[in-house]
Amino acid sequence: MEWLNYLVRYSDQFWSGTVLTLKLVGVGLAAGFALGLVAALLRVYGGKALHWIAIGYIELFRGTPLLVQLFLVYFGLPDMGITLDRMTAAYITLALNSGAYQAEYLRGAIQSIGSGQMMAARAIGMTRLQAIRHIILPQALRMVIPAWSNEPISLIKASAVAYLIAVPDLMNQAKIIAGRLYDPIGVYFAVALIYLVIVFILTWLLGLLERKTAIPGMEMEAQRTH
Amino acid sequence: MDNPILNIVEVAKIYAGNEVLKSISLQVKEGDTVVLIGPSGTGKSTLLRCINLLTRIDRGHIYLDGNEITAPGVNENHVRQNIGMVFQDFLLFNHLNALDNVMTAPIRVKKMSAKEAREKAMYELERVGLKDKAGNYPGQLSGGQKQRVAIARALAMDPRIMLFDEPTSALDPELIGEVLEVMRKLALEGMTMVCVTHEMGFARQVATNIVFMEKGLIVEQGSPDKMFNHPEYPRTREFLWKITELYGNEKEAGKGA
Repeated sequence: MEWLNYLVRYSDQFWSGTVLTLKLVGVGLAAGFALGLVAALLRVYGGKALHWIAIGYIELFRGTPLLVQLFLVYFGLPDMGITLDRMTAAYITLALNSGAYQAEYLRGAIQSIGSGQMMAARAIGMTRLQAIRHIILPQALRMVIPAWSNEPISLIKASAVAYLIAVPDLMNQAKIIAGRLYDPIGVYFAVALIYLVIVFILTWLLGLLERKTAIPGMEMEAQRTH
Repeated sequence: MDNPILNIVEVAKIYAGNEVLKSISLQVKEGDTVVLIGPSGTGKSTLLRCINLLTRIDRGHIYLDGNEITAPGVNENHVRQNIGMVFQDFLLFNHLNALDNVMTAPIRVKKMSAKEAREKAMYELERVGLKDKAGNYPGQLSGGQKQRVAIARALAMDPRIMLFDEPTSALDPELIGEVLEVMRKLALEGMTMVCVTHEMGFARQVATNIVFMEKGLIVEQGSPDKMFNHPEYPRTREFLWKITELYGNEKEAGKGA
């Protein structure tokens, strides 16, 4: 269990790596949410052209490896005259990739609300946009939480690919320390533990969010499905 | 007063080649309670949806207070503010409590202040007998209570006319009475109403006009006395007899009164 000591000895490096990983995940998740929400709404409510544009985006980014996307953004775009620093490239790639997955979670939730709620909102004189904003989304965003909770968790782990373009995230710090100590197994055990702790904390927070936003009178349903 | 609030002129609706409404003409005067009856699949619900523009008509015209609401360029959101609709399956907004369900349209659509909207909503909830349930969410209300909140939600917009689409069909029998009672009260207060319902006791007691529809056409219409006691067409007599057997008669109606 010598490797546990690494966490203390190299706490500065692990800490800075952890902070950077959390930054990647935070930005990727937030920007991905905005993208995903737009894509989901366009897919459900957009006209034909917008519907297909949304599907094109979603399928493109779900259908190709994250690593390939990252390399194309970081190494490919400069050929087209767009040079991004490695952090920006990582942020953009994670956001685009996560947005595609989040779009599908959100679409499922929006569609599960059913057309009746839209009809009732229109019947009292709301516009389509008002109905989406005040009636459909408040319900869909609550309903999406259990399924959507997969996304931050999977993004934390997926963000490790950023190390391959030399972003100094948690994985990258681990690689450096492992090289210095000639003990890759021990160091990667240590880093796995950090990822695990982050995911545990996040899972707990997401559960809290789910309970906080539950609609009174609907908890029974939520519990039954647990 | 002689000008109808609602004037439906030769309205037709076609779904995928199937003429759900063939040619419907109907006038509803201020304070009338019109009850639409007929076999299922006859287009009664479709007609209600055409009236508040949730479904677009294929032929004909609909006038509300003399203005054609089916004319091109009419703002449908504006029209719907004047037409209250109550659905078979309530369709309350599940994430809002009873009060917010009733308040939301006055605030979002009429741009009423929150305070004013709250007062209006409490008044409407009281009207349907649910003032004490204002803080309850739909998941904490019985079916009958949900439907009464849905009625209050529609009333909060001060509609010119209320449409009821089988408002008691999804309810347990013991909860039907409370909803019919609210509707009866509304009718007595002079609200103009068009109801699709199988509740013959309600129709007999409250309707000013019963309209029998079949296969996308109006077969016959008239006062409850005429329709129940001496209808012109054998088909009307047959249908009313059957449905009264099924859904009860005055005895049933007395329960709600």
